[in-house]
Amino acid sequence: MAVKLDEPLGRVAYVNARILDPAEGWDGPGGVLTEGEKIAAAGPGLFDGGRPDDAKIIDCQGACLAPGLVDIRAHLGEPGEEQKETLASAGRAATAGGVTSLLCLPDTNPCIDDMSVVEFVARRARLLGLTKVYPYGAVTKELAGKEIAELKLLRDSGALAFTDGTRTIADPLVLRQALSYASTFGLVICHQAEEPSLAEGGVMNLGENSTRLGLAGIPREAEIIIIERDVRLVEMTGGRLHFVNVSTAESVDVIRRAKDRGLPVTCDTAPPYFALNEHAIGDYRTFAKLTPPLRDENDRQAMVQAIADGVIDCVASDHTPQDEESKRLPFAQAASGGIGLETLLPMTLELYHNGHVSLLKALDLVTRAPATLMAMDAGHLKPGAPADLVLFDPDRSWKVSSDVLHSKSKNSPFDGRPVQGMVLRTVIDGRTVHTHEA
Amino acid sequence: MISGDTATTDFPHRHLLGIEGLTPAEITFLLDRSETYVEQNRQTDKKRSVLRGRTVINLFFEASTRTRTSFELAGKRLGGDVINMSISGSSIKKGETLVDTAMTLNAMHPDVLVVRHADSGAVKLLSEKVNCAVINAGDGSHEHPTQALLDALTIRRRLGRLAGLQVAICGDVLHSRVARSNIHLLTTMGARVRLIAPKTLIPYAAERLGVEVFHDMAEGLKDCDIVMMLRLQQERMKSNYFPSVREYFTYFGLDYEMLAHAKPDALIMHPGPMNRGVEIDSEVADDFYRSVIREQVEMGVAVRMAALEILAHNLEPLTETNL
Repeated sequence: MAVKLDEPLGRVAYVNARILDPAEGWDGPGGVLTEGEKIAAAGPGLFDGGRPDDAKIIDCQGACLAPGLVDIRAHLGEPGEEQKETLASAGRAATAGGVTSLLCLPDTNPCIDDMSVVEFVARRARLLGLTKVYPYGAVTKELAGKEIAELKLLRDSGALAFTDGTRTIADPLVLRQALSYASTFGLVICHQAEEPSLAEGGVMNLGENSTRLGLAGIPREAEIIIIERDVRLVEMTGGRLHFVNVSTAESVDVIRRAKDRGLPVTCDTAPPYFALNEHAIGDYRTFAKLTPPLRDENDRQAMVQAIADGVIDCVASDHTPQDEESKRLPFAQAASGGIGLETLLPMTLELYHNGHVSLLKALDLVTRAPATLMAMDAGHLKPGAPADLVLFDPDRSWKVSSDVLHSKSKNSPFDGRPVQGMVLRTVIDGRTVHTHEA
Repeated sequence: MISGDTATTDFPHRHLLGIEGLTPAEITFLLDRSETYVEQNRQTDKKRSVLRGRTVINLFFEASTRTRTSFELAGKRLGGDVINMSISGSSIKKGETLVDTAMTLNAMHPDVLVVRHADSGAVKLLSEKVNCAVINAGDGSHEHPTQALLDALTIRRRLGRLAGLQVAICGDVLHSRVARSNIHLLTTMGARVRLIAPKTLIPYAAERLGVEVFHDMAEGLKDCDIVMMLRLQQERMKSNYFPSVREYFTYFGLDYEMLAHAKPDALIMHPGPMNRGVEIDSEVADDFYRSVIREQVEMGVAVRMAALEILAHNLEPLTETNL
């Protein structure tokens, strides 16, 4: 995946680390030995018997060493919106955030509904040699929700999974056929659930706050109805469906029941939905305008609970860069979405710091779990796996602000928030691509 | 000739509306009778007189060239008077219902009606309103019995049997009456049938018809004696069944590379008309040794002669009183 270097990578020993691997259940003093682009050995107590003479030694000084983060949902802006983000700026933000693999959404311009665009994005990202980028393919041609895209040809040219991005497939027959066709080849469809006719014109969660602010509301039912409908379609077709950005208490109830019945559904959410509620909008803060909208406190708590009890399978950044021109507007006119690559780790660790989940479980949500959902060879430290690592201090605090973020756009919904969890070093295919400047 | 007192017990039906429900003996009887006409059709003098005095009306509510021609030739070679009616262009446009059309034709005392209709069950409905014999020449996505019989005759002549063969039916099974009739016939005769298509083109609960369903062409073709391709009926497709012809052909089209997964001497069949480059590669379709597509057409005339002969025989004999 990475660019070939002139000098061979050789062997590198990451010593004196607290080794964390949710896939193996490891949490203890140990290290990782890499050879070239692969992991040669890893585990607690790895170098207890002595350090290898022929390896370059990197002293982790007791920091946490874990598999690199896997983010299954990011908008990268390229091709089409390079003023907001490029593959290069997104790659720097991702590596700064400890993200070593990510899936990018197909709502680019042109959109990723054709083999040539899959190959374009994958090749450009590969040449950069930063975070590994796997494109999603569109479910429907031109993301229009009408005709199924060439799912299998897209898959065979490199698309890992399929989604129409933030667009919901409103026509149930189209989704039925897409699920049925996709299940022919065992493909995963990711769906953002928001009934467009109920959400139309809305700019924030429907409730007391939307009334007070005088903003048009999006009812929670817009999400719930689609999830309930989709569960029926999954049962009918046997298709594999993953709900993204789940945000209401009832959504997770429906998904919990579907899972209990053995249906092939999974879901994720993004940090804003378990760390923020609609009050973050405050006095019309457009950085808090997201899709789906931030919900009320009851929903936020339900997300935390659903993560802790496993109904929510993983956490994605939902990185959505918007430039100043798109956000410095009256709330209703402002673009939706927030960046998230660099806050994915600290915001997920907040669940651990607040006592909701263990440190290993928090890491699992952004490593093993998403990698397993997408059948990627990532998110674990098994010998032979790509040497994708993140070294971080889970306790060190920093403040989210535009001057420390690497993303080209600075629209973080967590802007100004003190967080804990700092990435010290990011390694991709055995090569250090980011180190924290102390 | 069928002897007078055995015909009705060998095939005790007034109509030939479908394969479902026929016994192995009845199917064998139809195939055996058809066999006798194959040789006759290869002679210079193809004419017989078993339908002399009989009227056959080809009543086609849906466009057809090959099936209608095949029935017309079959009727004429047996000495009957054959009339072709293509209803899509006449009465139907003037608002006459199917039943009214049937009653009108019935008043003209035909002996056999050969009917094709775009709606499943339409031929059955019509058969209940007339005094003559009715042959289903294809109703909607339901049955096309003479096609299944001609396919079976082709296979039997090539391989000597039906029982125990592994047959793959590939493609647009959902919309295919040919597939349904073939499934009934082949499973009744002891062949094993596999359906191979994307999930969107496999009908609901297809396994209940006694077949195995595959979504991977290479896997499904393994050990098959017969590879039966179906035409992609894009005119019947009202929603998204597959994204594009190039994707369909890549994963479900039959070319030599795909065919290599079947038995080395597997036969290739297609009910026609073929979409070359959509479901079947031209080279495969034209394979001199393995493609039996043209032979299927030849068998069609023989099968239809047998069907006309048997049903006409089952009618009351012509006498002065019922004329």
